[in-house]
Amino acid sequence: MTRVHDMGGRWGDGPVVPEPQGIVPFAEDWHRTALALTLAAGGLGAWTIDASRHARERLAPKDYARFSYYEKWIAALADLLVAEGLVTGAELAAGKAASAAPHPRLFRAGSVGPALARGTPYARPAAAPAFTVGDIVRTRLPARNTRVPGGHTRLPAYAAGQAGRIVLIHGAHVLPDTNAHGLGECPEPLYTVAFRAGDLWGEAEAPGDEVTLDLWQSYLERA
Amino acid sequence: MPHDHADHDHPHSLLPSDPALRVKALETILVAKGLVEPAAMGAILDTYERRVGPHLGAAVVARAWSDPAFRAQLLEDATAAVAALGISGRQGEHVVAVENTPEVHNMVVCTLCSCYPWPLLGIPPAWYKSDAYRARAVREPRRVLAEFGVTLPDGQAVRVWDSTAEVRYLVIPMRPEGTGGMDEAALAALVTRDSMIGTGLPERPR
Repeated sequence: MTRVHDMGGRWGDGPVVPEPQGIVPFAEDWHRTALALTLAAGGLGAWTIDASRHARERLAPKDYARFSYYEKWIAALADLLVAEGLVTGAELAAGKAASAAPHPRLFRAGSVGPALARGTPYARPAAAPAFTVGDIVRTRLPARNTRVPGGHTRLPAYAAGQAGRIVLIHGAHVLPDTNAHGLGECPEPLYTVAFRAGDLWGEAEAPGDEVTLDLWQSYLERA
Repeated sequence: MPHDHADHDHPHSLLPSDPALRVKALETILVAKGLVEPAAMGAILDTYERRVGPHLGAAVVARAWSDPAFRAQLLEDATAAVAALGISGRQGEHVVAVENTPEVHNMVVCTLCSCYPWPLLGIPPAWYKSDAYRARAVREPRRVLAEFGVTLPDGQAVRVWDSTAEVRYLVIPMRPEGTGGMDEAALAALVTRDSMIGTGLPERPR
């Protein structure tokens, strides 16, 4: 089983509400702070993007459902800070902390531009891919992290156990299933796999419609 | 076997319940402890409120419409092609450009979270991050498109790209008719954010 975040294909969510074009303004002032705080704290390098995604995913389902987007970010950030020993529960409860010297890896304003422009590339050297474009593969069933019960994985439940066609090969990328849990980068070939919408949903809205997913080699077997 | 953190262990619940107060409390703690520099927060916001947004992706699309060699490079290796225009970085480390044709309309979603090509489009709109879009875009993309006022012609298939890895997808919409004499700047003005996600089409020239 996966977790509450894995909602692709779910029924009952109502309409999508479009917004004006252009740069997206923050709806609330605290949204600005939540984004800046999350990225600035992320700049400490104390966790990976996979760990931060998993911190949001492992919120209690009732919290995940009722929290707005940036509330999820803030809750996950607080949980990560405590898990990494950077902040204590007592400090969260008090809403304040004693002054301390700057952390050795404090993300400084002068580093922000270069660091954002550099990002964190996830491509790695690794063995040649086992599959080639056009191969038919089948995904793991059920969708799960095979190393950590309840752990992070990027195979959505709606695509588990399905046969699809390799359409792109991206080289090897860091494996989220291990990297989210401090178990190493374990890079594997990454593929884009196309699935027929009719196979995923029982019937497609129109013939020829497809859904593609980016999937690591260990999620796949030859079909 | 390694264990996940205990599922009942949620320190965030110690923070105040009001979201604005929670964020303020966390900011106060992190700044006091030397874990976050306020000036760095300012620089991050300046980046995404003023510098990085869909105007950058629109320039890429307009260049692809105008320059066949650039279009070929973009479809071959979009990461390198956009880097040559000074576009790179966080949440856009690995870019793939997917081109709409009369046969295929491309549309991008992240059902598991909110993956989005930040260096090209900026911060995602709320609808992109909404449960409704994440849940429905893969199962009923044409109904979702209708909510954006888009109806595809018969015979044009939909390919929905669920962004499950660190690859970020940029949709290259079809160049509108009647734009033959327009320069790149004029073309870029027609390229909406939603047309590069695949939930919209470019504007028509006036």
